Amino acid sequence: MAEVMDYDEVLERFDPVLGLEVHVELNTNTKMFCGCANVFGGEPNTHVCPVCLGMPGALPAVNGKAVESAMRIGLALNCEIAEWCRFARKNYFYPDMPKNFQTSQYDEPIAFNGYLDVELDDGSTYRVDIERAHMEEDTGKSLHVGGATGRIHGADYSLLDYNRAGVPLIEIVTKPLVGTGARAPEVARAYVAALRDLLRGLDVSDVRMDQGSLRCDANVSLMPKGATEFGTRTETKNVNSLRSVERAVRYEMTRHAAVLASGGTIRQETRHFDESTATTRAGRAKETAEDYRYFPEPDLVPIAPSREWVEELRASLPEPPWVRRKHLQEDWGLTDLELRDLVNADALELVAATVDAGAKPDDARSWWVSYLSQQAKTLNQELAELPITPAQVARVAALVADGSLTNKLARAVVDGVLAGEGEPDEVVEKRGLKVVSDDSALTAAIDEALAAQPDVAEKIRSGKVAAAGAIVGAVMKATKGQADAKRVRELIIERCG
Amino acid sequence: MSELIRLSAADLADKIHKREVSAVEVTQAHLDRIADVDGAVHAFLHVNTEGALAAAATVDEQIAVGEVASPLAGVPLALKDVLCTIDEPTTVGSKILQNWLPPYDATVTERLRKAGVVILGKTNMDEFAMGSSTENSAYGPTRNPWDLERIPGGSGGGSSASLAAFEAPLAIGTDTGGSIRQPGAVTGTVGVKPTYGTVSRYGLVAFSSSLDQAGPCARTVLDAALLHEVIAGHDPMDSTSIDAPVRPVVEAARQGATGDLKGVKVGVVREFRGEGYQQGVIDSFDAAVQQLRDLGAEVVEVSCPHFKYALGAYYLIAPSEASSNLARFDAMRYGLRVDGDTLGELSAEQVMSLTREAGFGPEVKRRIILGTYALSAGYYDAYYGSAQKVRTLISRDFAAAFEQVDVLVAPTTPTTAFKIGERIDDPLAMYLNDLCTIPSNLAGNAAMSVPCGLAAENGLPVGLQVMAPALADERMYRVAAAYEVARDAAQGGPLINRVPELEAISR
Ligand SMILES: [Zn+2]
Repeated sequence: MAEVMDYDEVLERFDPVLGLEVHVELNTNTKMFCGCANVFGGEPNTHVCPVCLGMPGALPAVNGKAVESAMRIGLALNCEIAEWCRFARKNYFYPDMPKNFQTSQYDEPIAFNGYLDVELDDGSTYRVDIERAHMEEDTGKSLHVGGATGRIHGADYSLLDYNRAGVPLIEIVTKPLVGTGARAPEVARAYVAALRDLLRGLDVSDVRMDQGSLRCDANVSLMPKGATEFGTRTETKNVNSLRSVERAVRYEMTRHAAVLASGGTIRQETRHFDESTATTRAGRAKETAEDYRYFPEPDLVPIAPSREWVEELRASLPEPPWVRRKHLQEDWGLTDLELRDLVNADALELVAATVDAGAKPDDARSWWVSYLSQQAKTLNQELAELPITPAQVARVAALVADGSLTNKLARAVVDGVLAGEGEPDEVVEKRGLKVVSDDSALTAAIDEALAAQPDVAEKIRSGKVAAAGAIVGAVMKATKGQADAKRVRELIIERCG
Repeated sequence: MSELIRLSAADLADKIHKREVSAVEVTQAHLDRIADVDGAVHAFLHVNTEGALAAAATVDEQIAVGEVASPLAGVPLALKDVLCTIDEPTTVGSKILQNWLPPYDATVTERLRKAGVVILGKTNMDEFAMGSSTENSAYGPTRNPWDLERIPGGSGGGSSASLAAFEAPLAIGTDTGGSIRQPGAVTGTVGVKPTYGTVSRYGLVAFSSSLDQAGPCARTVLDAALLHEVIAGHDPMDSTSIDAPVRPVVEAARQGATGDLKGVKVGVVREFRGEGYQQGVIDSFDAAVQQLRDLGAEVVEVSCPHFKYALGAYYLIAPSEASSNLARFDAMRYGLRVDGDTLGELSAEQVMSLTREAGFGPEVKRRIILGTYALSAGYYDAYYGSAQKVRTLISRDFAAAFEQVDVLVAPTTPTTAFKIGERIDDPLAMYLNDLCTIPSNLAGNAAMSVPCGLAAENGLPVGLQVMAPALADERMYRVAAAYEVARDAAQGGPLINRVPELEAISR
């Protein structure tokens, strides 16, 4: 039996059904239920206290800011906001979960029944129905040492870091997505991308897939063409980039089809996506179905957001990305195609932020869609995850605009920032990348070049201005490219005039 | 024996604040008493001699410069070993937390320290507060000072026994199903379960979160009220803590002590008598009700038809919450760890299983299993769900009753103290101890037990339970204080003075 089926054949025989669960770490200052700092990384077990370590006697207290973020997310996803809801305990054992239950929400989520319209590559729109968005806390992290796989089984020992334990999470769950057909993988990717843009616009999360502040679990099942009953689904975890979302869905579709076509059955299980092979592998088989024994969290009181608060938050939501896009398109004078390029490159918000930081729209756009996109591709990173901020890009653009840098020097400055050498001005300083704008230094170089090439000098003097190019080249060489070619040309003509 | 140990907390505080005696002397007197008799009583799991003397010395220094931290500054106290203390182990009566030193103080602990109350040590209890006799402590039972062969009640048997043994004038207990009131009743002391949410649970090692409530234990109603005002109050660290001013319970106790209950309507709960109630308990209770009438109260009978389901509901809700609360004891971060001889030989799950097998006693295991089962898929609605509905019905019974009367009264417990070992093999008989106390835990209202005489057949103390609506704790203090005065007048002095002399058996 073939391990996977040809994608076209899959689509001839089956209809895919998708379900996406996205976990978003909120960027609140403190954790969900205690006053510890909510920051990524840090020395292990330094952002902890009795509450997030689950010490005997410690009690949770809800972070109001996290509730507000959850409500804003719900509203932005066109959800209803619960008039009354509770937290619930999800009971299961895992060493990186301090209380051996996760404080989450079960049958009473804060937001439910929403949707997100997602634009696909061909310009059409797919409506992703949202089942619910609920609040919960993150777990700590385990580091399994020894053994072959870095997994708990076969490890010699495990180290636990509880810095992440208790970080506020919002889990956003879609309803089953049907009718996507061949575009199922694209819908999955586009949905996560749209959600990410939306959350970034709300400024509720860092939405860094590489750091785990946005995590996607993809549920996939197939049903024979024309059937109405869903097939058995698998849940693929460890999908850490937009590209992986697309590839994981596609792989699972082809794998399910091969199993089903050969008369096999799909096991309902958790699978892990392997970035390097773009395949999935089964997680540890569970002998019995997990029973989480949910019950309302008795240590917390119900949350009953007033309707005034809900309406206040609704009124203060930023415009949604698609409306914003129209506005930006008008402000920046972009064609539809230019806009789509910008969106497809995931550069729209980066450009907007760069413009907000003072750059001209064309300059900002040019940086992100050309040079920085290339760098991202080379580094195999998402554009937004490059270690350069819109403010830094704006600064580089400003240095070009005022003539301090040539385009070539500017790229070197950007390289320096990407390499972690500091702010653009520090890179200019350290690498000595300033344009030679001192006219006397330039005239000296020009005189030298004219003296070295008297025949060219004569041509220029006789009015053949085009010949100046050779002198410009010599000057640029002499200044190691750090001169402004336009100014050099002006000076040459001045001196030969 | 120093006479200091027989004084009330109010009188001790008065003497200390007037500098007639130093807090250090008072503390030392109690430490000496503990040294003398705790070998026989075993009320304490840990005595913090140095810490207590140092805290007392600080109070003396403050008083010397005219600062009195609170009306109880300098008075010693016995703290139930379920509340976290940064300077003393907190074991919850369990092997699984043997020698565990918490990295923080419970809010109650913090408030006591701030008030200058001197913490003598930590008192014995049924493991994780699960029990009614203190026999479930992993560190051996506490004995009732009235009869050392008998139980002091539970789970807070250590706290109440320390009062009856004159080892401390004040103690803190926690009450999930009666663990303050029932030990109070069987040791002839006062025990108060304040309104749920009025005393912070932060740092109280949880048994059942929606039921647990810390409260004051003392030998007099006024002492309990003074301690109540020290520990109560809103705490942002406990989300179920109520943001409301502390009830004026001291004022109410003083008002009650004037002996006038005119205009007060008292309801006798009809359901709390009959089969299973000891004759001496019923007789003492009826005599107490008559005294309330004599004090001017109007007494009526009230029916609370759903109270009979309270015990069943309690034994589903409390174990369910406990099964989840106790899941954290997995040997990964603190407490006991049983992991075989070789690192890496066993999985985390195996280490957890071995540790819980060795670290939890049979009653704790029984309740974890019960609670896990009650919360399981397919059983939740029938068990946990139904129990929550019963809880609502009981709250409605209380609400209806409090529309007719100001306070309700009932015996605190159906029987007087039984013999150690008598019910240990019969969990159901043991659970019946809490028949009369559990409804107030389920409804969250205030309730207390005040001694109401000795049963004729065995000379052991009986408790009168007074129940008040939520956030009306002062009502029960007024009634209990009035009754206390009438009782002492009728009996020719405080009941507690009739505790037999304890033979000195040092710890
Ligand atoms: Zn914390």
